[in-house]
Amino acid sequence: MTAALRCVIVRDLLLAARRSSDVLTVLLFFVIVVSLFPLGVGPDPALLRTIAPGVIWVAALLASMLALQRMFASDHADGTLEQMLLGATPLGMTVAAKVLAHWLISGLPLVLISPVLALQFDFPQELLGVLALSLALGTPVLSLIGAIGAALTLGLRGAGALLSLLVLPLYVPVLIIGAGAAEAAASGMGGHAQLLLLGALLIFAGAFAPWAAAVALRISVE
Amino acid sequence: MGKKAGTPSLEALDLHCVRGERKLFGALNFTLRGGGLLRIGGANGSGKTSLLRIACGLLEPTRGEVRWRGEDIRRLQEEFRRQLVYIGHADAIKEDLTPAENLQVACTLAGNRAQRAQVGEALRRLGLAACEHLPTRVLSRGQRRRVALARLALSEHAPLWVLDEPFTALDAAAMDCVRGMVAEQVSRGAAVIYTTHHETDIAAGTAQRIELGSGTAA
Repeated sequence: MTAALRCVIVRDLLLAARRSSDVLTVLLFFVIVVSLFPLGVGPDPALLRTIAPGVIWVAALLASMLALQRMFASDHADGTLEQMLLGATPLGMTVAAKVLAHWLISGLPLVLISPVLALQFDFPQELLGVLALSLALGTPVLSLIGAIGAALTLGLRGAGALLSLLVLPLYVPVLIIGAGAAEAAASGMGGHAQLLLLGALLIFAGAFAPWAAAVALRISVE
Repeated sequence: MGKKAGTPSLEALDLHCVRGERKLFGALNFTLRGGGLLRIGGANGSGKTSLLRIACGLLEPTRGEVRWRGEDIRRLQEEFRRQLVYIGHADAIKEDLTPAENLQVACTLAGNRAQRAQVGEALRRLGLAACEHLPTRVLSRGQRRRVALARLALSEHAPLWVLDEPFTALDAAAMDCVRGMVAEQVSRGAAVIYTTHHETDIAAGTAQRIELGSGTAA
């Protein structure tokens, strides 16, 4: 079973490597959206410092939204999804492997580049770690919740718009807690509470979302 | 692995299938034993693919049930799926991977770890030796179908094969090869279900045939 899960992850990473434009689109979208704010809001360092965590978090959320639709779409189109449904591994585990691969491709690059982007906002350097850590804990939750939405809207017309309507409200708690971590740290309260909450959300979503997505996939493939 | 010729392997009991507003078939029964071959015929849209998808548990029948060795496949879940090889209408092939990588992934997903040498052997058997390391993107439709079917050469252990239009886009040589593999598998005591439009006969011990009608309004 672990062989099958490793195979799914390696395959998805290999496909992403051979079609790197998909990965770069998401990353560039994130960089550009974040960079638009200092240009639009103006060069007031105090204001920029205040809005930095919120802006970076909203941009990360939209960027991961952008990549969501692709999570199952190509496997559905070419019949691989049917083979996964018929595979020897429980579908929930396969979905978890796919979500992990999806996060490595579309979530991890955002986490890694976020400290660089935060510098544009004159964000205090000692707090960059908290910001990156909040994203590292939060973006997998976004991928996990998004997997349920992507599975439910698979093969539908106008799936993209429907997916956003379905998933964005569910992202709200993650956004509030995630952006709150860096803000709390900036105001001197420390962001531990928020980070722990994000960790709890991650464990909770990791345990349940793959199975919910698996049920949704079975319905979509019928 | 079943040399259980004579014991019923796959049974369909009173299957009904309604897709959209159309009734594709109703009160369909069949029993397939180890070493049995079942061919499903019928016009386009008569429900051949739906029947195969029901038989492997991808689609819920509107009524009725499918049993594998006496047990409902919905209860057996992975236990049934491990015994099954399904080659669907879609090839389940990634264009950016090579035939060898595609085949390796397909086998691993099915819980069957194939060695690199075995994968190469399977591809050679289907006449794909020359394009083993090209991306599947550059292959023709028929060659991609061969890649999908090469999985059969690595699935001799599976007691049930379900093949949806295996001969589409294949040339005469590849058709012969697939017919040969099916005949061998049946003689090993496995059960095989397939659909086809081609007037082709596979030499096998107990061959059955089901013709699906044109369907009626539900």
